[in-house]
Amino acid sequence: MPARQIELEVMRYDPEKDEAPWFQQYSVPCQEDWAILDALNYVKDNLDTTLSYRWSCHMMVCGSCGMMVNGEPSLTCKTFIRDLSGKIRVEPLENFPIERDLVVVLDDVLQKLQQVQPYIIRKNDPPPEGIEYRQSRAALAKFKQLTMCINCMCCYSACPQYGLDSNFMGPAALALAHRYNLDSRDQGKSQRLNIVADHDGVWECSFVGACSEVCPKSVDPAAAIQQMKIDGAMEYWKQKPGFPGGEP
Amino acid sequence: MKRIRADVVIVGAGGAGLRAAIAIAESNPNLEVALISKVYPMRSHTCAAEGGAAGVKRPDDSLEMHFNDTVSGGDWLCDQDVVEYFVAQAPRELVQLEHWGCPWSRDEDGSVAVRPFGGMKKERTWYAADKSGFHILHTLFQTSLQYPSIKRYDEYFALDLLQEHEKCHGVVAMEMRSGCFFHFIGKAVILATGGAGRIFPFTTNGAIKTGDGMAMAYRAGVPLKDMEFVQYHPTGLPGTGILLTEGCRGEGGVLVNKDGYRYLQDYDMGPETPLGEPVFKSMELGPRDRLSQAFWHEQKKGNTVDTTWGECVLLDMRHLGEQRINERLPLVRELSRSYVGVDPVTDPVPVRPVVHYMMGGIDTNINGETPMSGLFAIGETACGSLNGANRLGSNSLTELLVFGRRAAATAVKYAADSDGPVDEASMAGQAEAAVTRVRGLLQRSGGGESISGIRREMMDSLQEGAGIYRDEKGTEAACKMIADLQLRSAGIEVHDKSNVFNTDLQGMLELQNMLDVAECVAEASKARKESRGAHQRLDYTERDDENYLKHSQAFRQAGERPRIGWLDVTITRSQPGVRDYSGGKK
Repeated sequence: MPARQIELEVMRYDPEKDEAPWFQQYSVPCQEDWAILDALNYVKDNLDTTLSYRWSCHMMVCGSCGMMVNGEPSLTCKTFIRDLSGKIRVEPLENFPIERDLVVVLDDVLQKLQQVQPYIIRKNDPPPEGIEYRQSRAALAKFKQLTMCINCMCCYSACPQYGLDSNFMGPAALALAHRYNLDSRDQGKSQRLNIVADHDGVWECSFVGACSEVCPKSVDPAAAIQQMKIDGAMEYWKQKPGFPGGEP
Repeated sequence: MKRIRADVVIVGAGGAGLRAAIAIAESNPNLEVALISKVYPMRSHTCAAEGGAAGVKRPDDSLEMHFNDTVSGGDWLCDQDVVEYFVAQAPRELVQLEHWGCPWSRDEDGSVAVRPFGGMKKERTWYAADKSGFHILHTLFQTSLQYPSIKRYDEYFALDLLQEHEKCHGVVAMEMRSGCFFHFIGKAVILATGGAGRIFPFTTNGAIKTGDGMAMAYRAGVPLKDMEFVQYHPTGLPGTGILLTEGCRGEGGVLVNKDGYRYLQDYDMGPETPLGEPVFKSMELGPRDRLSQAFWHEQKKGNTVDTTWGECVLLDMRHLGEQRINERLPLVRELSRSYVGVDPVTDPVPVRPVVHYMMGGIDTNINGETPMSGLFAIGETACGSLNGANRLGSNSLTELLVFGRRAAATAVKYAADSDGPVDEASMAGQAEAAVTRVRGLLQRSGGGESISGIRREMMDSLQEGAGIYRDEKGTEAACKMIADLQLRSAGIEVHDKSNVFNTDLQGMLELQNMLDVAECVAEASKARKESRGAHQRLDYTERDDENYLKHSQAFRQAGERPRIGWLDVTITRSQPGVRDYSGGKK
């Protein structure tokens, strides 16, 4: 396996001793098939045990290892050395407070995920006893892609609106709301729309589409948000007394 | 030290921990649950499970058949009362997940689809394409968010259990963000911390799977059961060890050696089945232990393929066609292309056996109870003896649910009758002792050892001495080596002295946990002088029911190597017999 020496420029920050983040250089002998995460693990194991970052599965599914690579929000287990040339810069995800080195504070988005009520809501009838709901393949296809979100938070890092105003619910949480709104088993859509089609919800999105561009799982939160704008407008009229199909 | 009180403290927020938390919240919203995890719940390794979850679904299937497959798959080391309960509850739990929104793949008529899996006589594996564990985990996590009584402590690293009069009453944990210590006081404690695949060098397991719960229980005097049974999954990607699901073979993929020959027919799993028409319980649908052992023999015979990452066999899925691969195995295609540069649509994928799952774990019974009152364990960290000497693929995801719920119910009942600790000062003293241990690690300086160095030696010695095939000499060497590494680990300096998200310190604590678990694996492998399921001895090649139809138990002995004891297997209706993987042709 051919090796390649790469220069890594990694942002460091320890709030107990650093006034501001700074960059540390590491020279790492890499295998050609390595991802950025492998290079970081090499640093941790061989060069500098004090470097902190999150990672676990190394197979693009746990969502731990989102970072900025050369200025792009990236899943580092999925960003390969072979696709990059020259010096490689690794920084913590943008738009989040830095906790330590490459680790960011995620409290805000965790709270936002919870806020959109991401679970099946039933209004009246309980689920069928002991058997599953029938759901056609077409009905599943409506929301399946939205279930692929691994919460890596790259989309929040790319979102200019979230960067300006962190009250904005942001891409992953809104996409998650839409996922449940579109699920044929769910009856909580109007309840959820009252939350997401309000201040700080879908209307704050300026449809730059950066979230969908950086999503390592092709979830397309931007499209979900635009669809919810339409749903939100419909819901508004439906709740007006006398509107056809609306409240009596 | 900050004190936090809860009725039930759960450590680990993967599939098992979340299922238990939800069960408690549903049973009584007034019960407080403290859900502690060293990672955010959705990072838990349940997310990496691909193929699916087993539960009888079709009219031509039966609980009896699921029972028989599981017991023979486990080479009769399963506790049969546990298996009976499991197969009966499995469908209900999988339907429950459906009601919670799990995006299961569907049949034409909109009912949940099931696929064939290794060692299973019928299609009974419920799946969500090839990301079943991921969807189960996220469904559980999202569902859990509606219960205010579940209080999460994300990124808290649990250090030690606290006990009084041999009853467990809590844990002490470190908040990663601040380095502050927290003393959790609970009437009952449930460990759901996952397996320990990271004690081996080549594993499907994520970085977090370091056996923390097993080691905590072991240090507290609870035995680890059946630790010699380590599952190698036959199809891992070389280099990284990334899992390619058994679903690849369930859908019809085949294994060939360097000559393009389907070698499994030479290892008691033939006759060869037609391409694209898999036959239950034969050839590629044999159990994982047998398939991984067949690889070992092919390697010895020189029939493997040389790749840049070492010797492999080939998993050929080309005949499935692009459409089916995209629909049923999209992640497999993505992973193969990204990590070994092979598209399964056009080329066979190099694979080799990879450490995947610990059948062994914290000794528990059918209720998830450990021998220590107030302490429960569920999921991979537990050994409730559902899986015996070899777990069947797709039983473990269901196990999380079935026993997550049952242990929760038992813990709730236990907590209702418990007053909690009497002597809080003694508990605080124990918590302080754990903190002192950690502070001591931070203060140590000098010493020529490193975390990565000791870890590497531990992994290599386990692979060498307690791999797919074992013998007396090899296991003894591994035991000695790991005992020695325990001592040498005192010479590691934690260079990072920060209180904030100190992963150097975390790595040190995880290494200590792994060494404890590794020691038990090596010792139990040495003690079991027979071949059964995933435990194969070159010097004792036959199963020996007379002497070893028993569970091993590893007990900690301070300053000495662990003591191995033995426990009877519960047999209800299936006497040990022959494992037949000829597809009924024998």
